Amino acid sequence: MEPILQIRHLSLSLPVKKGMVSILHDVSLDVAPGQILGLVGESGSGKSMTAFAVTRLLPGGGHEKLGGSIRFCGEELTEKSEKDMQAIRGRDISMIFQEPMTCLNPVFTIGRQMTDVIMTHQKISRAEAMKKAEDMLASVHIRQAADVLRCYPYELSGGMRQRVMIGIALSCRPKLLIADEPTTALDVTVQAKILYLIREACRRLGTAVIFISHDLGVISQICDTVAVMYSGHIVEAGKAADVFETPEHPYTRALMAAVPKFTVSAAAGDRLFAIPGIVPDPSEAMAGCRFAPRCPFATEICRTAPPSDTLTGAGHLVYCHNWQSAAPAIGVLRGKEAEA
Amino acid sequence: MSALLEIDNVTKTFRTKGFFGKTKEVHALNGVSLSIEKGESIGIVGESGCGKSTLANLIVRLDEPTSGRILLDGTDISHMKEDELRPLRRRIQIVFQDPYSSLSPRMTIGQIVTEPMRVLGGHSEAETEERAKELLHMVGLQPSAMRRYPHEFSGGQRQRISIARALMTEPEILILDEPTSALDVSVQAQVLNILTDLRAKLHLTYLFISHNLAVVKYISDKTVVMRKGAVVETGPSEEILTHPSEAYTRELIEAVPMIGKPFRMPDDIAESV
Ligand SMILES: Nc1ncnc2c1ncn2[C@@H]1O[C@H](COP(=O)(O)OP(=O)(O)OP(=O)(O)O)[C@@H](O)[C@H]1O
Ligand SMILES: Nc1ncnc2c1ncn2[C@@H]1O[C@H](COP(=O)(O)OP(=O)(O)OP(=O)(O)O)[C@@H](O)[C@H]1O
Ligand SMILES: [Mg+2]
Ligand SMILES: [Mg+2]
Repeated sequence: MEPILQIRHLSLSLPVKKGMVSILHDVSLDVAPGQILGLVGESGSGKSMTAFAVTRLLPGGGHEKLGGSIRFCGEELTEKSEKDMQAIRGRDISMIFQEPMTCLNPVFTIGRQMTDVIMTHQKISRAEAMKKAEDMLASVHIRQAADVLRCYPYELSGGMRQRVMIGIALSCRPKLLIADEPTTALDVTVQAKILYLIREACRRLGTAVIFISHDLGVISQICDTVAVMYSGHIVEAGKAADVFETPEHPYTRALMAAVPKFTVSAAAGDRLFAIPGIVPDPSEAMAGCRFAPRCPFATEICRTAPPSDTLTGAGHLVYCHNWQSAAPAIGVLRGKEAEA
Repeated sequence: MSALLEIDNVTKTFRTKGFFGKTKEVHALNGVSLSIEKGESIGIVGESGCGKSTLANLIVRLDEPTSGRILLDGTDISHMKEDELRPLRRRIQIVFQDPYSSLSPRMTIGQIVTEPMRVLGGHSEAETEERAKELLHMVGLQPSAMRRYPHEFSGGQRQRISIARALMTEPEILILDEPTSALDVSVQAQVLNILTDLRAKLHLTYLFISHNLAVVKYISDKTVVMRKGAVVETGPSEEILTHPSEAYTRELIEAVPMIGKPFRMPDDIAESV
């Protein structure tokens, strides 16, 4: 399927006190209709900024610098005015966030807020909008939708508020839904329902989804494709099944090794595998691969030249000089994990 | 030997004023009892809204229980006044769930992290700053972070700052309310390893609230499963999380997403208020 969103060589710099800091480097991604792309990576790796660059909801007060290209439905978004972007955000691209409370006004009922949104886009009466709002809630499987419309946000559980946000986000039948850690604050049973709702909407409406999470388990279960980010770069991308079955980048392998499993416990003296060192600050200039200082397989070339993309299988890209010689690494990391 | 912390039949009812004057009652906790020994690590799991954070807030006395007692070293702290509480505050620290609202936007990271120690007094400026840097390093942040502001950090970075801050006063009891749910796995592993080391070194007592059952299994000796303001099941983590006796606990375990485990369609997708 033709991708609906094509990001090519995207770069982003944000203004800070002492000039500009470079946040994203050479990010290229594709998302197809009816498909879920997972963005995964350590905190601060640039997942949210990639999403914000697409919607242009960037924290730079207009002084941010975007480079490269973002093609959405065949149109170049980086050239659009703020006014055009506003229209696109209300119509073609929707976002849901980790904490739906921050997007809901505490002093108005859910019904009032939903109908306000509907009525800014459609010339219909409050009563008609209320009916539409009820349908929206029913479409995200909320029972007694009419009662929920009379509730204030604080009267609803976190899972229910996230359902309301998904209902609102999908009401304009967006072509692209960006979900930034939508289930991070929810318990596992509610999370499973929300994941199902997102997947169902994606398949039923043909919505393309960018799903951001640091939970590799969640990403592996619901995404069709996945991109692993590190310090503002993509380090590995491909079909989710391929990336999780045969991770090629030492960073992806390290992340997978760090996931706690039911078989380990601190009481039994087990240690969790943690990647040594820390993520480099985005402002830190580096000649070679940004993961090199923390990578157990780094050689001279890794410290001097940035890695280019290598196709290791159908659509499976890895940005690593040594992905082949590092291949036995997975054993080494697992060994380290076991030994620790 | 009496427990370090004893939660005795605690209830908490919230009365919220509706906008048209009608009051609504939310029974957040319905008679919860728990006993925590010094040096123990207790995990609390359960669905959203089952009362985990309410319990945490009562223990650190950000709120008072409606009934029941909270005993610290045998002394009931549940209705103590602020000046009586002050010496106890150092002993119990909390790390909150939400890394966005828990850090003051106008303070530098240095000011935020050193604040609990400044409030206590009795430490030199240099000593305080040194400890702050050490703790920031432990949670994986550069010393240069001291001069920056919260908005310059991502969610996960902010949560690490909260953990460093909570550890400043070397508390005996650390209440961790979803401390790693905003963190990526590697930093989570670092933080859990650090928490394990600190606990062994300083004989810390943990109350660890999390949605991640594998994390709770790792960090806690005992696990408490809660549902709708009540305790469903308590016991050694190994037993509860590998041989649960309650259907609800099994349901929780089955819903945990894991790499290589296919997505399990929930039995009932609908939800009602
Ligand atoms: N307003 C800002 N000014 C300067 N730098 C910023 C700003 N907001 C974020 N950053 C930096 O941009 C980088 C990418 O941040 P981003 O929020 O995209 O991370 P993330 O991958 O979404 O992390 P998390 O998993 O913690 O949400 C981080 O290094 C962060 O410190
Ligand atoms: N200040 C308050 N006023 C009214 N109701 C409240 C208040 N604080 C909590 N509640 C209600 O008490 C119940 C328990 O909430 P609590 O925050 O303790 O749940 P939780 O187990 O921490 O959930 P989560 O996993 O979503 O964090 C919920 O129904 C909540 O809506
Ligand atoms: Mg983010
Ligand atoms: Mg809570």
